[in-house]
Amino acid sequence: MTDGADTAGDADDPSATNDGQRFDRLPETPADREVDGRASRREVLDWWEERFGVEPSVFEGYSFWEKGAGKVWIFNGEATDPSRVEAIGMTFLRTRQEHWKPTSRAVTRFGHHATENVIELDPEQAVTFMAGDDQDLPEWDGDWGYLIATHEVAGESAPIGVGLYLYDELRSVVPKGSRADLPVVE
Amino acid sequence: MNPLERYEPLVDDAAAFRAACDRPLPSVVRVNEMAASPARVREAFDDEGVAYEPVDWNDGLFRLPDGNPGGNWPYVHGWTHGQEEVSVLPGLALDPQPGERVWDACAAPGSKTTQIADAMDDEGTVVANDNNLGRLSALRHNAERLGITNAIVTNQDARNFSTKPLAFDEFDRALVDAPCSCEGTCRKNPDVVDQWTLDHVHAVAGIQKGILARAVQATRPGGTVVYSTCTFAPEENEAVLDHVLAAEDCEVVEFELPLDTVPGVTEWEGETYDESVTRAHRVYPHHNDTGGFFCAKLRVGGDEAVDAEGVAA
Repeated sequence: MTDGADTAGDADDPSATNDGQRFDRLPETPADREVDGRASRREVLDWWEERFGVEPSVFEGYSFWEKGAGKVWIFNGEATDPSRVEAIGMTFLRTRQEHWKPTSRAVTRFGHHATENVIELDPEQAVTFMAGDDQDLPEWDGDWGYLIATHEVAGESAPIGVGLYLYDELRSVVPKGSRADLPVVE
Repeated sequence: MNPLERYEPLVDDAAAFRAACDRPLPSVVRVNEMAASPARVREAFDDEGVAYEPVDWNDGLFRLPDGNPGGNWPYVHGWTHGQEEVSVLPGLALDPQPGERVWDACAAPGSKTTQIADAMDDEGTVVANDNNLGRLSALRHNAERLGITNAIVTNQDARNFSTKPLAFDEFDRALVDAPCSCEGTCRKNPDVVDQWTLDHVHAVAGIQKGILARAVQATRPGGTVVYSTCTFAPEENEAVLDHVLAAEDCEVVEFELPLDTVPGVTEWEGETYDESVTRAHRVYPHHNDTGGFFCAKLRVGGDEAVDAEGVAA
């Protein structure tokens, strides 16, 4: 930025808009934002900490990228300008909507770090959840909204996906391609 | 003509070879060790009543005699991935390390990419390329299911792969698990034998040479390139190595594989190949009760050559 005259471009344009066909790195903070509506890294980390109690240090080595309308990807490798690649890391979080939503894969990958808004399902509930079916769970007295669903497998709790809790009901939002007909393991 | 017949002169026991090729293969899963240990997967299988058998040469593989590798909880958790036994061999030969830059040139549907990322502990960068956009969606699905965050997926012709979208211009290691005639997969997909033609062998061999040459060029001096196929055809195996040895600065190196193999061949239908192709491994179905496979390890040469341990050559 030493030569002011020639640096005007998309990146410096405060009215730049999101190009849904390419990967762009999230700005560090809201103050660094150049593309309207784009989440910043700090907001993403704050959200995971506030919603699920995941320490920001968990994501220290990772970079975050937006492609599509609000779809945020998480990546643990080297990248400078991967705008033309097909994928970078994994889909992580849906932003640009009132309630941000973690992806099921983000939750199975990082959900074991969560301490809040985690709902432990019993064996039958876990089967119902993975089949993609909604279920009544009036006993939950925590927040409404997106929860991390876990169950016990091989003696330890492990996350299985994202549920949406509303009106005493846990809605399974397991993507169609990931739904499975599984046995009840007592 | 049944193409398996043409390979009978290469094997020690043609009858056993042909009999093994006619037997179906069991389902096998590889443990995604960045998500769970083999012991935890065993415990989950036991709790769920999933029948499994160990594979004696690799404790991260289980045979599932009842099939259905995707219908159990360990799979749902991304702890396992359905992958034929011999298909783990190129990843073992490649031996990628955490933090490295690795290219998987023909990556879809991602069994080897995900194995590579697991071996790297999800640290470093694995660039998973395939020229087939449709098959890339399967790769992406598998990588996400297994929780891999260090992969970049590209859709290029590997023969003239450009590193321009990447943060670096050469790799520490590259895997060319090449498109091939696939007779080695006849135990799970008998159609490959009926669809086999010699014209296809010659056409695909040209593609294989182009991809392997590009992999050598894109790998740093002293780096490792692994070439593998699931065909028995010397035209697609040793002849490809012989071509690239002459055209690029590289050598075929000795390496160990944990099952019974035989050396690459130096003569086939009037052609002769560089003696060093005997350092490649041929895997026949009747030797380990697996699919058929071919695997070679190359070291890239050059003035600045250092080996993987950083020792000047």
